[in-house]
Amino acid sequence: MDQAFIQRRRRDLVVAAFLAAIAAAVPLFVKDVYVQNIMVLTLMYAALSQSWNILSGYCGQISLGHALYFGLGAYTTALLFTKFGVLPWFGMLAGGLLSAVIAMALGYPCFRLGGHYFVIATIVIAEITLLLFHNWDWAGAALGIDIPIRQDSWLTFQFTRSKLPYFYFALVLACVAWFVTWWLEDSKWGYWWRAVKDNPLAAESLGVVVFNSKMGAAAVSAFLVAIGGSFYGQFVSYIDPESVMGFQFSLLMALPAVLGGIGTLWGPMLGAVILIPLTELTRSYIGGSGRGVDLIVYGGLIIAISLARPQGLVSLFSRKPKAAAKPVREAVAS
Amino acid sequence: MTAETIIQSLASGLLMGLLYGLIAVGLALIFGLMDVVNFAHGEFLMIAMYATFFLFAFFALDPLLAAPLVAAALFVFGAVVYLLVVRFAVRAKANTGMVQIFSTFGLAVLMRGVAQYFFTPDYRSIPHSWLGGKTISIGGIYLPQPQLIGALIAIAAFAGLYFFIHRTDFGRALEATREDAGAVALVGIDKNKVFALGWGLGAALVGLAGAVMSIFFYVFPDVGASFATIAYVTVALGGFGSVFGAFAGGIIVGLVEATTTLILPPSLKTVGIYGVYLLVVFIRPRGLFGSI
Repeated sequence: MDQAFIQRRRRDLVVAAFLAAIAAAVPLFVKDVYVQNIMVLTLMYAALSQSWNILSGYCGQISLGHALYFGLGAYTTALLFTKFGVLPWFGMLAGGLLSAVIAMALGYPCFRLGGHYFVIATIVIAEITLLLFHNWDWAGAALGIDIPIRQDSWLTFQFTRSKLPYFYFALVLACVAWFVTWWLEDSKWGYWWRAVKDNPLAAESLGVVVFNSKMGAAAVSAFLVAIGGSFYGQFVSYIDPESVMGFQFSLLMALPAVLGGIGTLWGPMLGAVILIPLTELTRSYIGGSGRGVDLIVYGGLIIAISLARPQGLVSLFSRKPKAAAKPVREAVAS
Repeated sequence: MTAETIIQSLASGLLMGLLYGLIAVGLALIFGLMDVVNFAHGEFLMIAMYATFFLFAFFALDPLLAAPLVAAALFVFGAVVYLLVVRFAVRAKANTGMVQIFSTFGLAVLMRGVAQYFFTPDYRSIPHSWLGGKTISIGGIYLPQPQLIGALIAIAAFAGLYFFIHRTDFGRALEATREDAGAVALVGIDKNKVFALGWGLGAALVGLAGAVMSIFFYVFPDVGASFATIAYVTVALGGFGSVFGAFAGGIIVGLVEATTTLILPPSLKTVGIYGVYLLVVFIRPRGLFGSI
């Protein structure tokens, strides 16, 4: 193995540990609840985007229906808690496993689809599930579920007095998602995924089991996103189909990765840290009037960054000479 | 459920389906031309509806008379969007697919924001137009006139588009560019001009649909979203890149929607469409009329 590569991976790990330590210390100085709320959301979206990135970024299967797994995580946890009194921790695990199984079951027919057919299938499946939950009375239908507050404790995963426990859980979640990505990046799976993304036919001929590696990516990705959904349900203590399974959510979890750099280790983190505070601040400072200025800023920014930095903002930090590894296609096209 | 209600809903489904086809055909045209899905397609529909509404509100122009004007305005708008945004998206050096998805999606968010800023989130409608609220009865089946005229306009637009693509020089340039964008440059066809024309044409078609729809549908900033999803399904069902597929896909979607409302509650009417889409692509991953 290339010495520089091993060094880079080691450096990534050290940098991540350092950043996590700084993040953990921030709430000691920042007591403002509004700011803490934004930090929780930022970490949550970082975790979601990092998880989305595994299937869509590394493995190249662009999913715009990941809200499905987010919603399943939130609903499984909330339903188990309100109907059967099952603690959210078990609900979280159940939601994660259920989502992973469903992702694989859906992957079975969907992974045969190419390009836009796949993207639209993911949108449509999430949309069907959303509509079914809308009409499913036992699960609260369109009204959703109010998660009753039992007691403030880690046992019930409910905290009404302080946002800090949520913050630390979101931080752990983001770290886990990052670490899983870091770990998989240099595993057999990571190489398979990149091979499948670049050229499935060539990968197949080299002995990569394309179908299985897509399934693996889908399962890991869905599991982590569902954990995020469970967390979100506990955090806001109220869920309804639109707020946890809407198409907007699928996009919101893809955007940080897209802006930061898809298929990269740091892209989703960077994207979330820039995008989520910006979204929240524009929403509360200029969006409050309900006049859509936040949408204008947000939309303009998405266009600008995706056109100006197609590799994502993370490419600003890369020291690799740009001439290297230029695809042939591009030289022909220009 | 009597035979009459079934025929009645199939007839309305067919009319609506032709309109769905008209909304989708621009999307199919652009995709066939340059492999780009316009994720702001629904917002194109939305501004067409607003344009029709304001032409009515300020100049008392009936939507039917406004339709050609709106289509022309959307033509210009589509070409401008290509030149300002999409041209750069397809030229991206990395993640080209992603960049085009998110730049057009960003455009959708921006347009929705602009609509909300200038027109407020209020629902608007055109209270009295020539066709609004009128129905016609054919053999005991009642057909709403706006949808009927919309369906006729859709058929005319399809025929016109077919003629344009197959019988005019610009249409041939369009076809040639779609076959091989690199080679046409060698024979002196400006690729950018053809793509801009394609975008203009695609937008003009959805402009036509928007003008008709504003007769019987509320106009508000988010109106495009639900129709856009149906349009993507319509195009994919017919097969990406196939204009004929969009036409056929539209009819199927309309009929499936009508059949679904006979069986399921109205809130689930799109489930049938989505289900049929999945069924079709699982069996035929290229859609019904998609090539390759």
